[in-house]
Amino acid sequence: MDGSLLATNRPLAVAIMAMGGQGGGVLADWIVALAEGAGWIAQSTSVPGVAQRTGATIYYVEMIRAREGARPILSLLPVPGDVDVVIAAELMEAGRAIQRGLVSPDRTTLIASSHRSLAVPEKAAPGDGITDPTDVLAAANGVSARFLCADMQGLAERAGSVISASLFGALAGSGALPFPRSAFEDTIRASGVAVDASLRAFGAGFTAIETPVPAVEKLTPPPAPIFGREADRAEIARALERISIFPAATREMLRIGLARVIDYQDVAYGHEYLDRMDLLRRLPDAALSEAARFVAVALAYDDVIRVADLKTRSSRFDRVRREVAARPDQLVSTVEFMHPRVDEVCGTLPRRLGAFIEGSPILVRGLRAVVDHARRMRTTTVLGFLPLWLIAGMRRWRRGLLRHDREMAHVDSWLTVVQKYVVEDPALALEVLKCRRLVKGYSDTHARGQTKFDRVIGALPLLVGRADAADWVRRMRDAALVDEAGVALEGALATVRSLNA
Amino acid sequence: MAERSFAREVQDLKLSAGEEFRGEGILAVTKALLQSGVGYVAGYQGAPISHLMDVLSDAQGIMADLGVHFEFSASEAAAASTLAASVMYPIRGAVTWKSTAGTNVASDALSNLSSGGVTGGALIVIGEDYGEGSSIMQERTHAFAMKSQIWLMDPRPNLPSIVGAVEHGFALSEASNTPVMLELRIRACHVHGSFISKDNQKPKYTLAEAMENPVTDVNRIVLPPASFMHEQDKIKRRWPAAVAYIRRHGLNETFDGDVADLGIILQGGMYNGVMRTLKLFGLADIWGNTRIPLHVLNVTYPLVDEDLAAFCRGKKAVLMVEEGQPDFIEQALNAILRRAGVNTALCGKDVLPMAGEYTAAALIEGLRKFFDRHAPDLPRATPPSAAPVLADPLVQALAKTVPARPPSFCTGCPERPIFSAMTLVQKELGSHHIACDIGCHLFAINPPFNLGATTMGYGLGPSSASAFNVPAKKRAISVMGDGGFWHNGLVTGIGNAVFNKSDSVTVIVDNHYSAATGGQDILSSRAVSPDRSTQHPIEDAVRGIGVTWVKRIDRTYNVAAMRDMLRLALTTATKGPKIVIASSECMLNRQRRERPLFNAAVKRGERRVKPKFGIDEDVCTGDHACIRLSGCPSLSVKRSDDPLKLDPVAYIDETCVGCGNCGEVAEAAVLCPSFYRADVVHNPNAMDRFLDRIRTHVIGWLQRRRESGRVALA
Repeated sequence: MDGSLLATNRPLAVAIMAMGGQGGGVLADWIVALAEGAGWIAQSTSVPGVAQRTGATIYYVEMIRAREGARPILSLLPVPGDVDVVIAAELMEAGRAIQRGLVSPDRTTLIASSHRSLAVPEKAAPGDGITDPTDVLAAANGVSARFLCADMQGLAERAGSVISASLFGALAGSGALPFPRSAFEDTIRASGVAVDASLRAFGAGFTAIETPVPAVEKLTPPPAPIFGREADRAEIARALERISIFPAATREMLRIGLARVIDYQDVAYGHEYLDRMDLLRRLPDAALSEAARFVAVALAYDDVIRVADLKTRSSRFDRVRREVAARPDQLVSTVEFMHPRVDEVCGTLPRRLGAFIEGSPILVRGLRAVVDHARRMRTTTVLGFLPLWLIAGMRRWRRGLLRHDREMAHVDSWLTVVQKYVVEDPALALEVLKCRRLVKGYSDTHARGQTKFDRVIGALPLLVGRADAADWVRRMRDAALVDEAGVALEGALATVRSLNA
Repeated sequence: MAERSFAREVQDLKLSAGEEFRGEGILAVTKALLQSGVGYVAGYQGAPISHLMDVLSDAQGIMADLGVHFEFSASEAAAASTLAASVMYPIRGAVTWKSTAGTNVASDALSNLSSGGVTGGALIVIGEDYGEGSSIMQERTHAFAMKSQIWLMDPRPNLPSIVGAVEHGFALSEASNTPVMLELRIRACHVHGSFISKDNQKPKYTLAEAMENPVTDVNRIVLPPASFMHEQDKIKRRWPAAVAYIRRHGLNETFDGDVADLGIILQGGMYNGVMRTLKLFGLADIWGNTRIPLHVLNVTYPLVDEDLAAFCRGKKAVLMVEEGQPDFIEQALNAILRRAGVNTALCGKDVLPMAGEYTAAALIEGLRKFFDRHAPDLPRATPPSAAPVLADPLVQALAKTVPARPPSFCTGCPERPIFSAMTLVQKELGSHHIACDIGCHLFAINPPFNLGATTMGYGLGPSSASAFNVPAKKRAISVMGDGGFWHNGLVTGIGNAVFNKSDSVTVIVDNHYSAATGGQDILSSRAVSPDRSTQHPIEDAVRGIGVTWVKRIDRTYNVAAMRDMLRLALTTATKGPKIVIASSECMLNRQRRERPLFNAAVKRGERRVKPKFGIDEDVCTGDHACIRLSGCPSLSVKRSDDPLKLDPVAYIDETCVGCGNCGEVAEAAVLCPSFYRADVVHNPNAMDRFLDRIRTHVIGWLQRRRESGRVALA
């Protein structure tokens, strides 16, 4: 025999990149059944094992038209550069397929769900750890023969099904396999499990790939309506008037900030917000916008009153029903998980009383014994709702409470630092403003954030006069957001300390 | 009850002669066992052979009709010992486990079994967990075959070959009085294919007959002088008998090709990969025709010296394709060729990688080097290559982007709160030495928990901390699952700690199943099983072996209680081993059990309450402390619609099963008040609706009252 006697036909190869629990095995089984139903010979393999438990895993299918009296030798492993279809059940898994060499420009149709299922390190970062998917999209477009992408998870959910069904639809819609749509649908019917929902998701996946819908531009919100009493409305109008004096580019953020602090407290508080912004008006536009954001967040600090307020609003009740997808004939009752501590109680007392209690170890101990317990409040019952509603009503006295006193002192010292650099080093002023991002969360988390903030600000004297001071503050802040304990921040601080050594 | 039901596959076990069986490789093995007249089957579950155990477990009816005994062994050692039934009696027996993890455990019994030899066919179905997807150390079963003289089959990875290997395996075992291992790699276990069935056979000699007509022979016992005779018998009689059987039945296959001066010798399991590689070089086709002659070792131990020498004789060069290290076969082949005076050049690990899986890329590269060296003029095609794509800067950039995604705890896993609690305790008491074990709980070594120092084997968590038994300011913690506990941990871990007066803390994770292997029942399972004796509490066993300090928690989701219990164990003045039994049912199994019942009840119109957790987005500040204490797949983060929030906020997706961990963690760690639980009442009754009307009325009135006075700039 010489080479001319060898058959030249090759099987079609399909690789499925999935995470355990996504139904990659179901999809592989469907593809095998589809091919066998058309009189082809198909072989699938997988390495599920422990990867089944939420880890990344791969399923591989080969298929070839049957030939009388012969059995094909099909591969159990994908050959890099020789795969016809790669299906990724999540966007980063498409990236993983590319890294494994499974996607090639001359051959591969890459079908990916655009949704993200975040890896634990992405979720666990104290700041924004979400990976920018631009690289994956660029590579997918760059190295595949065809890149087809849509939110298969969302389509499946809306159809009341799972992603394997919408991906099967996408595979049909791609036309990458030589089988008609009806053969795909018959395969789902023959499987006999949740057929209607699967077919709905299949149809959605098919359409999304066959006729992709262009991304819709985000609509600009309509002009702001104003609610409230006559006098308040006039004051709000005056506040909006004050905003109009600021540079045009900063007004949108100022308006959002103003809306937040008014919602948080009252219109007078809105004017206090603008008073503080007036002091920073000489900042460049971009920095001023950031200031508008962070000053608003600082003024609308998260206290017990705020939480009670947000949790008792009627809009919140509607949102919970929406989130759990409750049908009109179903009732929803809501349980809140609260753990008040002495700090929160004292913070919600009049300034002197709160400070007095905090100064007395005996009182603190006694109070702790009474309040420091996990509490579950059923806010959909009258007796569960009422305490929170009453606490929310304490808003009118907020300005006299201990917590407010402390928050304002912190805000003022922060803005005093910012003001110092408004003219001489606006870049540094901006970075100091942004450090407010470190202060967030509740109880211990809040305290840790506050400490990190103080440490970064405390390092400023070491940087004064340096041209790259702003840069160093940015680095310290980024480091502070990397890990909870502040290990990275400590490293950055050590570097800063060594700068002038 | 196993994680997956094999009710449909069980029907395939009944197929009769001429009918086509379609399915996974490992399920084909179950059918082949029945076709071979097996008398008993035992094993210890674990990927990739769990399905073999599960399908036989679901097929109790068919097994009973055929008179086949089946059992879930307590460990691989127990499974291997089961084969003792084939020592004196002509009964075919099969056992199975994942290897080399299981073969390590079974080795004591295997050495004794192979020393005395067998009368009935003894087959060990090995799930060779090597390469991608493997969850154990990378070693070869081949070494065990060599040291104990157990024959090792490595059939081509297609269903007819695998089924044939089972049938021949029994016959080979009987012909040579030697147990036989049938090695199946992960992908071969899970390969989907088909074969033509034969009728099932009842065992020719039954276990009952054996019990009623016992036979003894002191020469089969491993004691001197018989043991010395065994060694000689292995070499002088059994080995030649095996070689004779292999040759007579053509177990190894030679595929001719026209490029006669070259050849490839390969393990059977490598066949499809080698054929695909040859096809990519234009030297073979998809239908099994090859230009390069192949000698396929469907039996990789013992080797048939004459056949190998004959295949190589007259050839310029031969390539040995042997996956895994060290290069046992290649070394043997070199010796064989030298002894036979064959001077054919032998390539192997010099062109192929010494270590690691023989992926397509590895084989292409290896064959390319082989051809370059020994047949540079042979016309060949250029195989596809991913190299240009991988060198593309667009692709290189992905190294920074694509996150690693190791396996982790499932949504609602009851083991997660144990490690949340351990994290909280360590925040108070400082970090401790944590000895891990094998099981789902080992995922705690991954983010977000990052807990654990070592893992020494299944059920060996506590004993791997046994040296840390000296006075110190902190106690060592070890973790062990209920699977590992019953596998051997009760004795090697707990008994060892009691006897040596260890002061350490052991957390026994009791999720009611051998969960990591697919949710098989074990001694302490809560379910009532018709075939097994369950409901034997771990606590009783631990107390029975002499532990006095035992605490049990029956709802691990209670993070505060879990944390307090761990703190107590780490700080109590009581001496001796401290055992914390953390019990809650595996959520995967629980959902599979409860969800259909729930849906059916709702469909019938019965009142049912389904909890789901949620997060108030406007209360969440985006610090993600909750995720660092959980890592639940359903708890994730998303970008906020609020332009004032730069950092992503947490949210809980629709896969939440309402286990309660989120709320408990938020309470215990005093995190934040943004979590809520929404109980959705399906088919509310009259009382529900009455109360709801009143509540909605009153709460609505209060809300309207407050909101009418609200000033807002929307």
